[in-house]
Amino acid sequence: MGNYDAIVIGAGHNGLTNAAFLAKAGLRVLVVEKNDYIGGATVSRELHKGWKYSNCSYVSSLFRPEIYNALDLGRHGLKVIPLISSMTFKQDGDYFGSYNNPNIRRRELMRHSPRDADAVVRFDADVMRWCRLIRGFLLRTPPDPGSFRPRDAFEFAYLMKKFYELSESQIYEFIRFFTMSIAEYLENYFENETILAHYSGGSIIGTGLGVYSPGTAYVLLHHAMGDVDGNIGSWGFARGGMGAIAGSLASAFQSHGGEIKTDAEVAQIMVSGNKATGVRLASGEEISARTVVSNLDAKRTFTKVMDEKDLPPDLVRRAKNFKIRGSSGKVNIALDGMPTFPSLPKDSQLTLGHMHFTDTLRRLEKAYDDWKDDRWSADPYCDTLIPSQYDPSLAPPGKHMMTVFVQYCPVEPEGGWTGDKRDQFGQTVIDQIADYSPDFKSLLLHAEIRTPRDMENDVGLTEGNIFQGELTFDQLMFNRPFPGYAQYRGPVKGMYMCGSSTHPGGGVMGAPGANAAREILRDLKKADTTPEEFSDD
Amino acid sequence: MNITHEHFRQALQRTPFHDRISALSTTETWTGWNTYKVARVVDKLSAEYFAVRSGCAVMDLTPMEKYRITGKDAYAYLDRLLTRDISTLKPGRVTYVVWCNDEGKVIDDGTLFQFGEQDYRLCSQHHQLDWLLMSASGYDVQIETETHDVAALAVQGPTSYSVLTAAGIDGLEQLKPFGIVDLHCGDIPITVSRTGYTGDLGYEVWVKPADALRLWDAIFSVQGQYDIQPMGLDALEMVRIEAGFVMPGFDFNTAESTVRNGYDRSPYEVGLGWVVNLEKGHFTGRKALIAEKAQPIKRRLTKIVVDGNKPVGEAFIYTGKGGKPVGEIKCTIWSPVLKANLALADVDYVKGRLPEKLWARFDYQRELKWRTAWAECHAQSKPSYVPEHKSATPPDRF
Repeated sequence: MGNYDAIVIGAGHNGLTNAAFLAKAGLRVLVVEKNDYIGGATVSRELHKGWKYSNCSYVSSLFRPEIYNALDLGRHGLKVIPLISSMTFKQDGDYFGSYNNPNIRRRELMRHSPRDADAVVRFDADVMRWCRLIRGFLLRTPPDPGSFRPRDAFEFAYLMKKFYELSESQIYEFIRFFTMSIAEYLENYFENETILAHYSGGSIIGTGLGVYSPGTAYVLLHHAMGDVDGNIGSWGFARGGMGAIAGSLASAFQSHGGEIKTDAEVAQIMVSGNKATGVRLASGEEISARTVVSNLDAKRTFTKVMDEKDLPPDLVRRAKNFKIRGSSGKVNIALDGMPTFPSLPKDSQLTLGHMHFTDTLRRLEKAYDDWKDDRWSADPYCDTLIPSQYDPSLAPPGKHMMTVFVQYCPVEPEGGWTGDKRDQFGQTVIDQIADYSPDFKSLLLHAEIRTPRDMENDVGLTEGNIFQGELTFDQLMFNRPFPGYAQYRGPVKGMYMCGSSTHPGGGVMGAPGANAAREILRDLKKADTTPEEFSDD
Repeated sequence: MNITHEHFRQALQRTPFHDRISALSTTETWTGWNTYKVARVVDKLSAEYFAVRSGCAVMDLTPMEKYRITGKDAYAYLDRLLTRDISTLKPGRVTYVVWCNDEGKVIDDGTLFQFGEQDYRLCSQHHQLDWLLMSASGYDVQIETETHDVAALAVQGPTSYSVLTAAGIDGLEQLKPFGIVDLHCGDIPITVSRTGYTGDLGYEVWVKPADALRLWDAIFSVQGQYDIQPMGLDALEMVRIEAGFVMPGFDFNTAESTVRNGYDRSPYEVGLGWVVNLEKGHFTGRKALIAEKAQPIKRRLTKIVVDGNKPVGEAFIYTGKGGKPVGEIKCTIWSPVLKANLALADVDYVKGRLPEKLWARFDYQRELKWRTAWAECHAQSKPSYVPEHKSATPPDRF
């Protein structure tokens, strides 16, 4: 094999997005993937006959519509169906539901707290303001604030301009927002325990931080700034599972002449004379290309597949210290039928969306305490969905697929993982759900239990961190993954990063892949095939 | 209000008057107002409109937010909350009020009813409990939402006094505009205020939800003697624009719901400077409003008449037939009594003055074909329609 213009390492959604834009520009592109299937963490696999699990990521919101449009993913089979609700079960037999219908939503808030039902107007407007601000930067390369190159100066001026579109008091609030804990932030609006717990869940997903840890308020934004068809904050199911996103990206990529090689783990990015020259596979095969793009996380890229001797020592130090902690587990379940939840009235729509079982901030913080002590949470935060209620391709008729995202689970429990321990972790999750659904256990046909270590081993994410690095202020924008390396270029010529370790970070967004493609095409003096952001104004 | 787990089955809940309105509805055009199902048009828009201007219209006001404010510091609290000087308000009187945030931007407007020395009701368009409670810290006041515990009917139009009197409500003869009185309709205890959002003679009748249907029936029992029309929100929109009333959240963004910087409005910018008293002592937003008052005004929600008879709809405002827009129309109606296009337009001022000439550019359809029109606009300093009979006490008897 040979004659490739570019090799992209890893067939996750960002690798495929990056490769598709490069191929669209006319480059000859090869994607190499260590597994015998594509998708990385954007994957759906049949592990129990007749059932398809989205093994890692499970809902879509952040995936950029600009990319969807530019790569014509609709024609390559992608459909994202909006979710209509979310809810939290209470321990006392009650529940809080967040409904799509504004009248029902308001009345349900009033049922728990009349004051909070009014305060939500202020909360929604404030969160929308921060979302609008941050969304403008998703498909842009972060400026290097220390550089005086015209493009950096222009991008920095753009950033400051957006920032100064806020009023003085809004600027103060925005800075506070980035550094506050979600609990403290929400307490500016809400008083009801269940409402506080419900709204804070999105701020700990995938994060090695608790609801009272500074920095978690921003993570809320990361889960609220996406949209489905312009409805900001809305989440959706990709029909066919999250693998459908990777599948449509691969199809688009291949339609532009791209090639994918699976079962092809990269052992090393080859460097000669401070230039990337290609990759050497674990099999020993060498494939040359003058452009090599890593969709692996920054820690893995610089400590596993690059030779330290090819790298600046400062970068190696930063890579080793990159904050990329595994804190999440996943349980995917095949069900013989639809479980019932007796707390919910008959015909409730609330099983159609996110279901949570943690009704106080205290319980959420306790769940975090367990993780700090290298234990999985005895009382975890579970983001539970049953997408087969909408999507006929996930389970046989009348049967169901349940996806449970679990916060928190340690990378390595005391004494290390064993099969038994993994089962105990899964059992903790199943028991929590069964507390609210007495027939749940009797419907269980099969469960896939995944610890952070499993996600590391299967997908390649260091410590199984779903964001390829924590979304804290020290690792965002021009500091992501490291200061001086936020513009997708690696330390050697022709080597790039396109994964979620780069701006704007994790979530199935595709933005890092597209942004990296823009920089690569610029360096190669090729026409830019990547889309500009859809403006909201 | 007792909300059960079953509330999700009915997205829009029914007001205590719903059974009667529903029975009379021929258009079945319903919309949501504060989680209640209310009529846009009950039967015929022109009949509902002319009932307000010529006879008597009855509208269900129950969904309007109502807050009871009581306690030792009730006056001090409201004085601090509201931009208006309310020291002259007395028990048995109502006044129109506005409140702002610290930046002097309008949060909402409403009517303040004083029942007793330490007993007020604040009615508002939007949900205010959060702001009212936040503003209450340090004050010895109790604030209760009574939106769902008090049903209300607006009875509006030149014959409204005669209709209510014929329906068995005695004691309205000497009730002056903005007065409140506790009365009976037969054996039903009611509170009547001479208030409304129509710019005509009219009353608002407040009643316990349990008595709501009996009150409705009593009023409609005199339908043979008078033209009484149940009215929906569309007719209300027509008469409120004729009367020059603004609607926060529709004509301008309310401060708490505004996302974009600069998209909220001060009272001066929406023509409510007359409700602001900078001399009365401190109130929330005063400092910002003093600073704003010292500068030339940047823009104002302006009452305009648009020449011609084409339906204006959505329109930009220019200073001539072309150039850059200087404003936009926020609401507009064709006024059947004035035979004119009336509108409220948000217009940028130049050096503190309204541009001399205003033109509206708008699109309208004829047989599915779009056309563009330019029409000159004329700013109005007064409400377009203020009938003399509106404020007569005792009111005209029919």
